[in-house]
Amino acid sequence: MDLNNAQTSSIFHFATEQARSIVDLQIINLVICLGLFFTVAGLITAAAIKFRQRPGDGEPDQSEGHLKLEITWTVIPFLIFCFLGVMTGIVMYKVNPPVGKRQPDVIVNAHQFWWEYRYPKSGVVTANELYLPEGEDLLLEIRAADVIHSFWVPDFGQKMDAVPGHPNNLFLKPTRPGLFIGQCSEYCGAQHSLMRIMANVVSPQEFETWTQSQLKVPAAPIDQTAKHGEELFMSKTCVQCHSIAGTPAKAQVAPDLTHICDRKTIGDGVLANNSDNLTHWIMNAQKFKPGCFMPNMRLNESDAHDIAVYLENLK
Amino acid sequence: MTEASGTHRPINWLAEIPEYQGLWSWVTSIDHKQLGIMYITSALFFFLIGLVLALMMRIQLMVPMNHFVSQDSYNQIFTMHGTTMIFLMGMPLLFGFSVYLVPLMIGARDMAFPRLNSMGFWVYIFGALMLYFSFMGGGAPAAGWFSYAPLTEKGFLSNPGVDYWALSLLVIGIGSVATGINLIATILTLRAPGMTLQRVPLFVWMMLTTSFLVVLSFPALNAAIIMILFDRLLNTHFFSPAHGGSPLLWQNYFWFFGHPEVYILILPGFGVVTEVIPVFSRKTIYGAGFLAASTVAIGFLSFGVWMHHMFATGLGFSVLYVFALSSLFIAVPTGIKVWTWIATMWGGSIRFSTAMLFATAFIIQFTIGGLSGVTFAVIPLDWQLTDSYFVVAHIHYVLLGGMMFAMISGIYYWFPKVTGRMLSEKLGKWHFWLMVLGFNGTFLGMHILGVFGMPRRVWTYPYGLPVVSALNLFSSLSAFVLAGSIVLFFWNMAHSFVKGKIAGDNPWEAWTLEWATTSPPAPENFDRLPPVYSRRPLWDLTHAAQEPKPAAQESTHTEPDSGSEPGEQP
Repeated sequence: MDLNNAQTSSIFHFATEQARSIVDLQIINLVICLGLFFTVAGLITAAAIKFRQRPGDGEPDQSEGHLKLEITWTVIPFLIFCFLGVMTGIVMYKVNPPVGKRQPDVIVNAHQFWWEYRYPKSGVVTANELYLPEGEDLLLEIRAADVIHSFWVPDFGQKMDAVPGHPNNLFLKPTRPGLFIGQCSEYCGAQHSLMRIMANVVSPQEFETWTQSQLKVPAAPIDQTAKHGEELFMSKTCVQCHSIAGTPAKAQVAPDLTHICDRKTIGDGVLANNSDNLTHWIMNAQKFKPGCFMPNMRLNESDAHDIAVYLENLK
Repeated sequence: MTEASGTHRPINWLAEIPEYQGLWSWVTSIDHKQLGIMYITSALFFFLIGLVLALMMRIQLMVPMNHFVSQDSYNQIFTMHGTTMIFLMGMPLLFGFSVYLVPLMIGARDMAFPRLNSMGFWVYIFGALMLYFSFMGGGAPAAGWFSYAPLTEKGFLSNPGVDYWALSLLVIGIGSVATGINLIATILTLRAPGMTLQRVPLFVWMMLTTSFLVVLSFPALNAAIIMILFDRLLNTHFFSPAHGGSPLLWQNYFWFFGHPEVYILILPGFGVVTEVIPVFSRKTIYGAGFLAASTVAIGFLSFGVWMHHMFATGLGFSVLYVFALSSLFIAVPTGIKVWTWIATMWGGSIRFSTAMLFATAFIIQFTIGGLSGVTFAVIPLDWQLTDSYFVVAHIHYVLLGGMMFAMISGIYYWFPKVTGRMLSEKLGKWHFWLMVLGFNGTFLGMHILGVFGMPRRVWTYPYGLPVVSALNLFSSLSAFVLAGSIVLFFWNMAHSFVKGKIAGDNPWEAWTLEWATTSPPAPENFDRLPPVYSRRPLWDLTHAAQEPKPAAQESTHTEPDSGSEPGEQP
């Protein structure tokens, strides 16, 4: 996958307000930890140099302890950790406040090994490529369809586990546009490492345009190839898992394919979305993503090509 | 002692002890020293296997989109690496140390229950064999070493790997509890006359705490394992959310065991460096009372921090916050230990033998691991860093840079006692510096990999991420340096066992009771015991109780204690 358009991903490149609060705490913690580390390392180095045994050394003084010193080195770290504890509480509350009765803006449903995104307010359903409007206070509900996954885009801040039967909440207020890359970060089985998150933050106007385009029900195919492709799609097992708006395909096990032509990748970031790749993916997805749930469809290349043409012309 | 011990010529090599001749004497042994040696040898064998698995992972991650092993194999490899290093290497290694040393240190002839001791060892061996048999029995487990439900349910992992994992850990877990009980009983009832609990070596204190942790935490794991076995084999639904089970229940059970387990692994390491540092600094341990108390504090607190493994699971604010505070405060008693070791070195006369070098590196590396641990207690940072390579760096700084460095320090320190021969100091120093370079090269950069968003347990990573690629390559290359240093270590042990310099009873001029007997100790350990008036009985023999005597460097230790003291009944 081409990640060159993505911004360098790191927990210090915050792109949401939540991530920003975490970065501030991150820096405070880093300073404290480095301070403690250099104190320890410095003392040990000094001891190693100063008190190395030299010929003619006498027996050293057998000091058994010094109560005041020992109390000091108990109390000072305790106070430092109290300070960190207070900061923890403050930032926790800021980043993940109680939800109350608020409805989610996006429902993230994690599957082995892809992401389903539902926008309950507009009714849009899409997969793998998330769109979020910049500057808005968003609530994401994180769910899982099978095993435990975890939704993590480092630039967005908090990571949230997707636990089956236990919906979780994640607040995001994106502060700059761009494509942000993340990944499932709770080990979830065979294809855990190729379960990417591609989050596009766009301006509210662009987001509105995108929403409208996603809501369009595609017209029935006109040309012969695409028509043949549709027939194959509806007669083979594709419809057992996938759905396409305006057709009998309504299953929700696998990604919704209504607007697959708008996506940049196939198989959750495994391949670039173009006609060739789509054809080969349809023939045998296992070759590109072994262990995923799309079986080897045992189609010949021309049939697979026709299905690809059908899918690409859904507009 | 050697003179007093018998009419024959002195035995000063392990392979010469008549009672230890032949395979049969080892297989049927209930002698705590033989069992200790077998524990340590098996643990080191599994250390090598775990290392090979780790190298396979590092080769796979050397370049982006590599295909050195398949994704499926990779998942089995990291699961087996983690399980091996924790359950087949770490636990047996510390049991080996404690089973060997505790009776000697407290002046006992054997463990309280020698046969139970033998059972603990053999169930471990058979559990380990069963786990590795899974490779031939339909596929190794592939759910990670903490096997999160519901991935472990039959519907998601249908091959028998997880069954093997669960059964062998159950067997090993039962053996561990038995050994824990045995150690508690030994320490509480078999101490030599005069050896009050205030006077036992601090290693024994730490082992006592560890044993309590083992006895109290393993039942949680064993119970959870029985539940997952029921789920898989009898179609129950403890952890299956589709039928009303709870996947978080598994996490609670597992980490209720799993976090004390971390302290189970590290406390014996603390114990080892607490013995090594004073001996090589020629000073008594600084602040022994605080040290022992902080160990007990860690023991108690370790049962109240488990949920910091679950900060990202979306539990409520108050429950998470309580665990954040407890996880922060457990760093206080741990910090006390670090200050204590430094204060012991301070003002001493430090001999940098290989054992001391490893103990010193342990303090620094463990401090890094401890501070990254503090970072996880600060929940918002945990939300960012948990399940990333930062965690991988953290656990390896604690367990490899911490626990394993301490244990290797212990091996350099006690090898002369166990085998009767010295390890080569020259090879040892090479081993030390290569291992420090290799270890830090492999794992320091992983902190940054986590910061750049690399999740743990990924089989590969995409092209186009220059920092991630460079750090992974550097880490993989360093891993080979690390592996080379381990090979050197094994060569040193094998070579020195046969050709090493004869050690004598007390080559380091140490002062705990194990050095009062011959090297290697005879089957019943002691002919006679020196009187115990303090934590350092052998020091007392050469130093008048009140005035610290200057210039006692010459190796005059062995003569006075062989002839002078009347000794007490063992």
